[in-house]
Formats: sequence, C-alpha cells, structure tokens
Amino acid sequence: MSKAFLIDTTRCTACRGCQLACKEWYELPANNTKQVGTHQNPPDLNANNYKLVRFSEHLDGDTITWNFFPDQCRHCVEPPCQGAADTVEEGAVIKDDATGAVIFTDKIRQFSDEDLQYIKESCPYDIPRWDAKTKRPGKCVMCIDRVQAGMLPACVQACPTGTMNFGDRDEILALAKKRLAQVKKDHPKAILADPEDVNVIYLLAEAPERYHAFCVAEAPAPKTRKQLFASLRSSLTHTPKS
Amino acid sequence: MTNHWIDIKNADSILIIGSNAAEHHPVSFKWVLRAKDAGATVMHVDPKFSRTSARSDFHVPIRSGTDIAFMGGMINYVLQNEKYFKDYVVDYTNAPYIVSEGFEFKDGLFSGYDPKSRTYDQSTWTFDLDSKGIPKKDTSLKHPRCVFNLLKNHFSRYSLDNVSSVTGVSKDNLNKVYSDFASTGTAGRAGTIMYALGWTQHTVGVQNIRSAGILQLLLGNIGVAGGGINALRGEPNVQGSTDHTLLYHIIPGYMAMPRADWQTYADYNKANTPVSKDPHSANWWQHKPKYFTSLLKGWYGDNATADNGYCYGLLPKIEKGADHSYMFLFDRMYQDKITGGFIIGLNPMNSVPNSNKIRKALDNLDWLVTQELHHSETTDNWQRPGVDPKKIKTEVFLLPSAHRVEKEGTVTNSGRWLGWHDKAIEPDAEARSFGAAFVPVVNKVRELYKKEGGTLPEAVTLLNWPKEYDTEYWTRLINGQFTKDTVVKCKKYKKGQQVPSFTALGDDGSTMSLNWLYAGSYTEEGGNKAKRRDPKQTEMQANIGLYPNWAWCWPVNRRILYNRASVNADGKPFNPKKAVIKWNGKKWEGDVPDGGWKPLSSENGKHPFIMSKHGHGQIFGPGRKDGPIPEHYEPVETPIDSHPFSKQLSSPVYKFVDSDMDKLAKPADPKFPIVLTTYSLTEHWCGGGETRNVPNLLEAEPQLYVEMSPELAEEKGIKNGDGVIVESIRGKVEAIAMVTVRMRPLKVEGKIVHLVGMPFCFGWTTPGTGDSTNRLTPSVGDPNTTIPEFKASCVNIRKADKLTEIAM
Repeated sequence: MSKAFLIDTTRCTACRGCQLACKEWYELPANNTKQVGTHQNPPDLNANNYKLVRFSEHLDGDTITWNFFPDQCRHCVEPPCQGAADTVEEGAVIKDDATGAVIFTDKIRQFSDEDLQYIKESCPYDIPRWDAKTKRPGKCVMCIDRVQAGMLPACVQACPTGTMNFGDRDEILALAKKRLAQVKKDHPKAILADPEDVNVIYLLAEAPERYHAFCVAEAPAPKTRKQLFASLRSSLTHTPKS
Repeated sequence: MTNHWIDIKNADSILIIGSNAAEHHPVSFKWVLRAKDAGATVMHVDPKFSRTSARSDFHVPIRSGTDIAFMGGMINYVLQNEKYFKDYVVDYTNAPYIVSEGFEFKDGLFSGYDPKSRTYDQSTWTFDLDSKGIPKKDTSLKHPRCVFNLLKNHFSRYSLDNVSSVTGVSKDNLNKVYSDFASTGTAGRAGTIMYALGWTQHTVGVQNIRSAGILQLLLGNIGVAGGGINALRGEPNVQGSTDHTLLYHIIPGYMAMPRADWQTYADYNKANTPVSKDPHSANWWQHKPKYFTSLLKGWYGDNATADNGYCYGLLPKIEKGADHSYMFLFDRMYQDKITGGFIIGLNPMNSVPNSNKIRKALDNLDWLVTQELHHSETTDNWQRPGVDPKKIKTEVFLLPSAHRVEKEGTVTNSGRWLGWHDKAIEPDAEARSFGAAFVPVVNKVRELYKKEGGTLPEAVTLLNWPKEYDTEYWTRLINGQFTKDTVVKCKKYKKGQQVPSFTALGDDGSTMSLNWLYAGSYTEEGGNKAKRRDPKQTEMQANIGLYPNWAWCWPVNRRILYNRASVNADGKPFNPKKAVIKWNGKKWEGDVPDGGWKPLSSENGKHPFIMSKHGHGQIFGPGRKDGPIPEHYEPVETPIDSHPFSKQLSSPVYKFVDSDMDKLAKPADPKFPIVLTTYSLTEHWCGGGETRNVPNLLEAEPQLYVEMSPELAEEKGIKNGDGVIVESIRGKVEAIAMVTVRMRPLKVEGKIVHLVGMPFCFGWTTPGTGDSTNRLTPSVGDPNTTIPEFKASCVNIRKADKLTEIAM
C-alpha cells in the first residue's frame, strides 16, 4: 500500500508553514526575491522550493475569493516523468515501492538540458525543476527519509489547520471522499483533483483554474504512460542514451 | 482571554473583529475551523480581506476606526429586537442598577467634562445606593435611569442608517452579522469575539473592548463554553509580560502603581481596596492588601516589616495623572530630558509612531544599552541613513542576547496557561538571557550604591536579590513562599516552603509572592505545574476540550473566567450540552469554579462577577477615563469632518504629545484623503528585527508593500508592482504597490473613501527591504492606556520616480 497526501485547500490559511518547513528540513537556500505586487513568493517552484503556496484572488460582484494552493509533486500512480526519463536512462526517476514516492536520482544530473526540458514537459502539473548550474533536481521527495523513519513529512507536521494530511492511500482516499461530501454542502462545485491518478490529492472548493493553471491534468491520463512516452520519444530525432 | 484557544471550538458564532487571527495566530484557526466543522458561522469584520477572511464564512469590509459604531449598532439591534438573554442580564449584570441623577450624556460628552484639562470629573458616574450601601436595582428594567434604559437610549442613535453611513459597511452586511451573532443570546448557543491589536491600537481602544464586554453580557456569553472576549496575545509573551507588569501604570498582578498622593502603606491600601456591603458579593479585590504585602515581602524580603510599612516608602511613586508610557517617554527624550537608558526586547525606532521624531529623540541620549540577537534600527540608530555618525553623541552598548531556544523558562499564552519551555542549546559565545544579564547588572548597581551612597540607596540595597540568575528560583518566588512556619487548612508549612494558593497569602508579612495571580503554579504538593503535560480529564471536561492537568492556568487553574455565570442560581448549567461547571448537590464539577462557595441561591452564594465590587458584570462601567459607556468617536486623523450623530468628532480625552514634529492632519484634509491602517504579517515578527535576519522568511516576504484597491490605483495611475511614495503630514515612506481586489473602496457619509494597508516590519538595517512605516503614524493615544493609534491615520499616495529604500 503506497502512501498518499490529502491537501484540503478549504482549510488552508496560507500560513506557509509547509513551504518553510520543507525548506528547513532539506536545508534549501533562500532565493533573493522581490516584492512584485503579490504575497506569492518566491513567484514559482524552483530548485530551492519543493513546495510553494500559490495565491489566487477573484472578485465576483461584491464577493472576494482568495484561493490558496500548496503546490508540490503529486507522486503520480503512473508517473509520466518516469516514463519520459526512462527513454533517456532508467533509474534517473524511480518510484519507491513501499511509499509510492517519485524520486529523481543523481543520474538525472547527467541529462542534457533538452532531456530535462522533456521531463518537465511530461509532467501535467508543471512540477520538475533543476538548479540551473548543478542540475540538482528540485522536487518534493515525500520526505522519504522522514517517512522511512516513521515520521510525518515536514509539511504535514507543520500544518496547524488540518490542510495537510498523510497516511496509507486507502485511508487518505476515504478521508478525501468524506471531506468532499462535507465541503460540497457549502461548495457544490467542490472536487478532488485527479484522485485516481495521483498520491497527492487536492480537495478544491471550486473550479481548478481559480487556483492555479496546473491543478489538474488536462486530459485523462492513459494507463500505460511509460509505453506512451517511449513511443512518443522514439519518434523524435534525438537519440536516447540508453 | 476569558476563555482559551481550544474553547473556541465550542462556539456557535465567531466574530473576528480587530484581528487577523489566521495570519497572526495561525494555530487559532485549528480551533476556529473545528467550530466551523460543527456548524458555527465565522465572520471577519476588517478593513482588509485577509487570509482570515478567506477561511471565514464571509468578510465584512469596514472603515478603520469605526468599530464602536459597528458594535453599537449591534447592541442597538440586540436591545431593539429583544435578543438579549434576559435572566442573565437581570441577575448577573448591572443592567438593573439605578444610575445617579446627575449622570448625563449630551452631544457626545458625558457629564463632568472639563475642556481645559480634557478630562472628566467622574463623580456623577455612580449608582444610587440603598440604606445599607448596596446599589438599588429595578429588576423589571423599567426605571428610566436604570443602566438598561440608559444603554437603550444611548445606542438608539446607532441605527442601521447611521452605522452604515459612518462605517462604510452595507446594511445587508450589518444585518448578516448582527442577526447571526445575536442568535447566541439564548442558553443553548454561544458566541465568541476574537480581537487583537486591530482593536486596541486606537484612541478609543479600551472602549472598543468595552463594547464587546457589553454585547457579550447582554447575550449571556461570558463564563460559558464557546463564549467570552478573547484577546489574542502575541508570541512575545504579551500575556505574561502584562501579568508581570511590563507597563508603568501597574505593579505585578494588576495592582495600581504607587502614587505620590498615597504616601504610606496604609494610604495605598485604603485607596485601592474596594468595600462592598452586599453579603452576596465576593468583592475579591478586598484581599488586595494580602497580595500587595506579599509582593512587598517578595521585593524586600526580611527587610520588609510591619513597622516600616513593608518598605512601601522605598518604592518610586508617580504623580497622579502622570504618563510614563513610551509615547511620552520618547517625547521627553526629544525634549532632551533623559540622559540614558536600556532598550531591550524592543525595536522602537521601527515600532513607535512618528519614527522620524523618535529616531531624532534617541540622538539626545548620552548612553544607551541594548541587548539583541541582531543589529536593529535601534541599536544602529546612530548610523542611520541621512545622519553623520560623528555628530551623534550617544555611546551605545550592544549586549549579545540568547535566542528563545537558548533559554528555559515560562511563557503565558493567551488563555492564561503557564507553560514551561526547556533550553534546546546553550547560548552562543557570550550571549545571555535577559535575566542572566540583568541580575548581575543590578548587583553591580547595588555594590556601587553601597560604596558610594546616593539618593535613597536603600531602594536598591535592601532588595531581596539573588547573586546569580536562576530561572527556577524566580518561578518559585513568583508563586510565593511562607516567611515563617504556618498552618493552612490543618497542614503545616515551614518557612521557605511554597504557598499552595493565593488564599494562603497574608497581609501580616507571613508570606511573600511576586505575583498573587500565579500563586498555586509551583507548590510543595504539585511542583512546577508549568511543566505538566498530562491530558487526563473527566468526561465533562473532555466534552468542552478542557485539560486541567496540562500546564497550569491563572487564577487557580480556572480555564474559563466568570464560569459561575454559566449556571443558574441553583448551580445548574444554562447549557447542559456544553456545561463548564455544575453543582451536584455537594460540590462543583467541571472547571475550577470562580470561588468555592455554594450556588447563588444558597445562603453563602455569591454573584458570579467576583472581581467587580458589587459582583455584577459591568454594562455601565465607571472607572474608564473616557466614559462608562462606549461612544463612537472618529480617529484623530479622519477623512470626514463632522460626526454623523453627535457634535463631538474625536475623543474629547485622547492623549497626544506636542512638538514641532508632532503634526496632525486636520479632519477631512484634502491633502491626506486616504485612510492608512498598519499591521503585522505572518512571516515577520513585530518590527521584523529578528525575522528579517532569517533568509527563508525574507524570501517569503521580502519588501515593504502597500495594499490598495484597483480603483484607487487607477485614480492615482499606479500599477501593481510599481514603486510608490506614501505620505502623511509627518513623513514619507517608499513601498511597492500591491494592487488587490481584497481592498475595497467604501462609501462613507455619501463619499468614496479609500483605505490602504501596510506592514511595519521592514527597516533600513536590512538593505533594500524598505524602512519604517511608522514614519507615517501619529503620536496620539487612548486616554486609558496611551496605546497609539497605529490603525487609523490619513495619508496620500503617488507613483515614485525612483526608489532609494527598496531595491527594485
């Protein structure tokens, strides 16, 4: 049984405890940011921010809505990034059997910029990032070091409101469905974002585009991504390394 | 807080006003959301749509500085629509008391106003007494001069039209909040009010909170689970430092600072010990001499004796009416009347209003001692931008401070819980905790006084003072100890042993305690109770989330204050589903009751509001400087020039300092038409002196911004992310424009009023982040507390050609 997250955005106060706890745990350096007219900072995921709370505000008549989206790797059930990476070299992106964590290994540092871009584009959630100089991958690893030691992921541990939940996939799915039913009473358009395909399940109170452009995958995910990517990849002129 | 954090989950209606709880008290929302899960309505009334609003059922935009109008409208709604909890109002509040004939309220002023001194003679703000000296009551609430009818009359002017017009809140929104919150005026429902600095930092700050007190008494929401008035105190141990008196006007345990007109120990006790003739009034402050004497014994030990008035004569005494708050302190410094001092745990060059003046004032010191983790705008004021360090005479000492994780001790949370935290690591290099630095400094001063003498050296040389700092030593003394062998309730205590409770404190020199409220926190029987982490509870306690064995809470581990008001005269809970205490025929169960007496209907029963002289909740509250009932007054700087329903525009008694640098914009000044409100944010702590030095926090909130509506931005030709200049009559500040729909223009008195909001956590010692927002704010304050009006002043805004304080 793999592990899963439920990120219940209806409880998120955007305190950014998760964003900061992640940085602290992995001792990621701070980016030199600027205030550009939004609280969302840094502006995007990057090699030093595996987790980012995205802010999105709307005015409908007199009603203000401010949506918060703690963005991170979804740890897909069938990770397209792994499918894409395998066309270059197997083992650069691996999936841990015990937890379901999708992890970019050091092998990926050997990839060309074009290969990395290909992996990035394979992700329907726009997650993978690399350090520009060292190609160190910057992506949530499900705190696999903590989880293997019986601890909660740092972001879950830090969350004060019950937004971040973590556990066995069946339990999390059950919790997600239960919460969805509760939230639907006030927010009839509430959904779970791609719950069958990912291990990081978001509960959204309204349309996904009101949170972030990449909340949900655009098209239903094919069952055998690895095969699909391999076939796509082979049609390109670039020759895989392995 | 009358209640505590977990208790918020018991509320049926949550009114967050004057607070941005989700951002400044993130953990509070754990409990707010639990209440919401159980069906509570969560309402946020605030000038800005914030992260708190995002998680509330709805947000109500309001013009900053008009909270009393808003709350007065709700009081009027409750009275007109008879939504109050009648039995509670009649039995437990002073609503039936008859107010003296001379009392009057006319044209915005209460009786007794002296325009020359800008103060009230409060001699008419009293009650008619019967022959025994007990306040006369009309429990039918029909007497025209009973508190209830005065209140009704006073707030009848707070109609929906008037309130909507002055606050800028739509009538729909007013009705939405009023009807939901007023629904808690029944036995089965509870409403809580969560407030913070958004309510206190006004020239009417105290009366903002009084308005909540009145409303909650009318609705029967004090003393019950899920009710109360809940001040959200800050991480800098605001609750603990208030209890232990960081401020000048009180001494530990909320007792008055000795005054020049109370020259002797007897004078002090006589002036400060209330007397009630009502046998059903506990009048708890009648015990004050015991607490005061024990405090003096704590301070002067064996040197304090009955013969010398327990060394009362050695205490400094302030002149009646003198103000030693920091607003006046810095003004005296500006006038060159202060030579030197210590500034520790505070960054006033950033966080005190009118920073341009404050920064100049500090230049007048000959010497300054600071103790900090990092250089701050205060430690480095002598080399601030625009001044020549060679021309600054101040000799500045910067002592290295230990970080919170490098020291052990107690912190008191908002719910009055005393919690112990251990030291995680030793302080680096020569860094010390404040106590470890201060105890030896005082010993040095004592040595010097002993050697060289001086004015009244005994004040220092006779102190009961240890050689070295030890945290547990102070924790024990704060609880209190016996100074001689004593028997309490058949139990023998030896000299030097811990007192079990404040009921053991005496006024005969037999005990010492540095704070009576904390007596019971560190006892022979229970040890250091701040260290308790036992979740054990009874079923009744579990039902309302009460953990009596987790940490310790003042007073005497009572988790919900005034809990005798949650039961009827026979001790039966008004709301059995969320009972706080109940009388089982032999004893009380649940929380620790407010005093152990039997229920009110019994011979020795007491009224529930044991801290007030007559035992009733004070809807009419004499004792405040600005009136016994709140009245809406405009902020000192206001965008309107006449009060919509009285002749008195601003508070007639607000405090201010006067100097060439203390300018104020006139009402509705066309040069400064925009309302500014200032605030903290989640990612930085207070003035930012610590957190700006944490790179990950600076990454999340890197630079000073000003939040404004798209409508205002368009009017001013400003785009999101532009550099702008915000200007008041006192100064200019650079900021980045954050143009957001979360700020709404408001219609006030028929015209559009814009609001802008800015944090105050950025300063020049962190280059490129911006500098003190408080260069804009005025030195005007509440007449009771002198807390400055940080939350409402008037500014203008324009696009900047270039920025020098902020790196683009």
